[in-house]
Amino acid sequence: MTATDPNLTETAVTISVNGNDVAVPAGSSILDACTAAGIDTPTICYAENLTPVNACRVCVVEVENSRTLVPSCSRTAEEGMVVQTDSDRVRHSRKMVLEFLGSGVDLSQADEIAPWMETYGADPTRFGDDVETMNESVRIEDDLYVRDYDKCVLCYKCVEACGDDAQHTFAISMSGRGFGARIATEFDVTLPESACVYCGNCVAVCPTNALQFKTEFDLRKADNWREEDQSVTQTVCSYCGVGCNLELHTQDERIVKVTSPNDHSVTSGHLCIKGRFGWQYVHAGADD
Amino acid sequence: MTGLDNGARMYAVDPRRTSSAKFADLWLGLELGSDVALANTVANHIITKDLVNHEFIAHSTEGYEAFKESVSTYTLERGAALTGLPAEVIAEMAEAYATAEKAQILWTLGITEHHNAVDNVLALCNLALLTGHIGRWGSGLVPLRGQNNVQGGGDMGALPNKFPGFQNVTDDAHRAKFEAVYGVELPAEDGIHLTLMFEAMERGDITAAYVIGENPADSEADIQHARKMLSGLDLLVVQDIFMTRTAELADVVLPASVGWAECEGTVTSSERRVQRVRAAVPPPGEAWHDQDIIGELARRMGYDWGHPTSEDLWEELRSLSPLHGGMTYERLEAEGGLQWPCPDVDHPGSPFLHGWLWEDDLGGRGPAPFSTVEHAGPKEELTEQFPIRLTTGRSLDSYNTGVQSGGYDSPIRYGDALDINPADAARLELDDGERVLVSSPRGSVEMPIRFQPDIPVGLTFTTFHFPELVDINKLTNDAWDKRSGTAEFKAASIRIEKLPAETREQAAVVEPIAGA
Repeated sequence: MTATDPNLTETAVTISVNGNDVAVPAGSSILDACTAAGIDTPTICYAENLTPVNACRVCVVEVENSRTLVPSCSRTAEEGMVVQTDSDRVRHSRKMVLEFLGSGVDLSQADEIAPWMETYGADPTRFGDDVETMNESVRIEDDLYVRDYDKCVLCYKCVEACGDDAQHTFAISMSGRGFGARIATEFDVTLPESACVYCGNCVAVCPTNALQFKTEFDLRKADNWREEDQSVTQTVCSYCGVGCNLELHTQDERIVKVTSPNDHSVTSGHLCIKGRFGWQYVHAGADD
Repeated sequence: MTGLDNGARMYAVDPRRTSSAKFADLWLGLELGSDVALANTVANHIITKDLVNHEFIAHSTEGYEAFKESVSTYTLERGAALTGLPAEVIAEMAEAYATAEKAQILWTLGITEHHNAVDNVLALCNLALLTGHIGRWGSGLVPLRGQNNVQGGGDMGALPNKFPGFQNVTDDAHRAKFEAVYGVELPAEDGIHLTLMFEAMERGDITAAYVIGENPADSEADIQHARKMLSGLDLLVVQDIFMTRTAELADVVLPASVGWAECEGTVTSSERRVQRVRAAVPPPGEAWHDQDIIGELARRMGYDWGHPTSEDLWEELRSLSPLHGGMTYERLEAEGGLQWPCPDVDHPGSPFLHGWLWEDDLGGRGPAPFSTVEHAGPKEELTEQFPIRLTTGRSLDSYNTGVQSGGYDSPIRYGDALDINPADAARLELDDGERVLVSSPRGSVEMPIRFQPDIPVGLTFTTFHFPELVDINKLTNDAWDKRSGTAEFKAASIRIEKLPAETREQAAVVEPIAGA
């Protein structure tokens, strides 16, 4: 008897990335190959624990003999593929994507995206002041998390995490078309009225803080959210026997938010309401 | 869920149509307490259809002929009558299970919180032995644990008859090993488990108790009896992070810290995976770590253990428990936890436990025995006085007696309601949300009802998360399985009565406060 799934076999494929050969297990994406080659690739809608949806197009690369640029997150690496990640065409496309997103959406708290703006010289302000914006107000409907669609780039990650990539609750989806497209609950009811079960997996995958823990929102509002003073401790949730790993983000000796490591085998970054939000008793009475 | 997306079939067996049942290929809403009847009928059908794994049975098991004989009376017709399920549904599940390439049976307290809990488990084990769905990748018997360390507690010897690593208290060689390291003489007889402790309190044989991190004054079945026993002790010491109802009864309360956020150590999950917990914040006020409290008690009793770190204690455990021998802190951190048995540092850990059943020499062990078990419904029968079934359980956002989960404001918490089928409610002329009087032979509580079409007619359900609002364990049955010590929380008989008009209104839901 073997201790691993006998169906898992690892044959390698080799592709060329920027002129260097990279070997990756069969089934890997071009993005995986770029990562293996030590090349940093911008991504927004991609997450290692979600199925790629090709929404943001910021991870595009040039593949020899391909008419269009291809999204590296979803395209499987094939033997002999020749990939360029830093050509003029790639840089230009990535820059435009970032500028379009940044012009209509508030990316002020999109910490993962900010460095890419600099790398690609993207200037979202160059379209002028009168560009159309999301123009949404913050929705605060409960004590657990808030929705601020002014910051939403419509990357679909929350929809995927709520749906068949993790939670299977399907409480949210895309509603509307064109610039009017928004992430919404059924008939746009409030979250407590919706099918939401508050696992917070949507919040965990949001790249722009459009979905934000209420604790973080309140601290930011009080101008007291200080990531530089925070530390992260990995531990195990206490609420059942699954063994989900928790990352406790603490500031001033208080837990301020809970995430879960995407690369851990037990739940790949996903939690339930108790693991995500049930920690508050740790500080019960602390403010009395 | 990924498994289901990939085409795995799921059969949900539960009297209630739970959230899991909604994802199932079939929901088998069996009569409360008819689990053995269903398992035996499934077994008999598999045998009748000759879908058994003959090779596996011959090589790895014993007692098959007697077992075959014992389930022969569980025809589909009889099984259908006992479980209330259509015969063809039982047949379909039996055939699907037997013919699947890989199959697992997963269960939790709906199987084990019955007076015949052990029979329920053995009946499921029989199915795995019949089909060989055990000890192979993707197949097995999977009891799901309800807490992060209920597995680890048992592994560490928090059982009356075991030392760490399931070594026997009554085994001279095992005991000698622990005596040598602990430097004391250890009792040679098994201790007693919680349920027997309460009986011993009743007889006056136990007059003092030291309760660590448990709230029996809210969580025991027939709670009024449990509270009386705890109140009658000469000495009750409670070590907890909150002033629980149990702590309120105590002579001495030792403030402890939160195991997974304020302490270093390990916990062990359902899949026997030992993982590290780490301190993210310091304990508040005068709270101490559990190990320091116990160490200080020992010092005052004349044993100075010094101040061992969690890792020091773990190293001692590794030296004593062969199951954990290879699990250094370093490996636990680097490898995302390890599953026991892991006897040495080169061992990769064991994703499943019973692979030996497939080895030529059975790993030097004897064959796995089939067990003969018979249907026996709930201890408490339905009567004219108590004509409705009550079963208790958890809801997604809450946990046990609510001491911890009461600390956050969940938007999906519906509180202390008794779920009832609208047809039953109509028969009793009750409105949704109406407060009613619910009584069992042991006591009565007032609580609101909630219309819930996913509950079958004749059954009611509520959680035990809000004891400060509804003392539901006044109603539950403390009849227990003599082999496991577990009470029949899952099946009591009740009646529901209308309250006088002025008290019928749904009272405002009082949010529980952590530690209340």
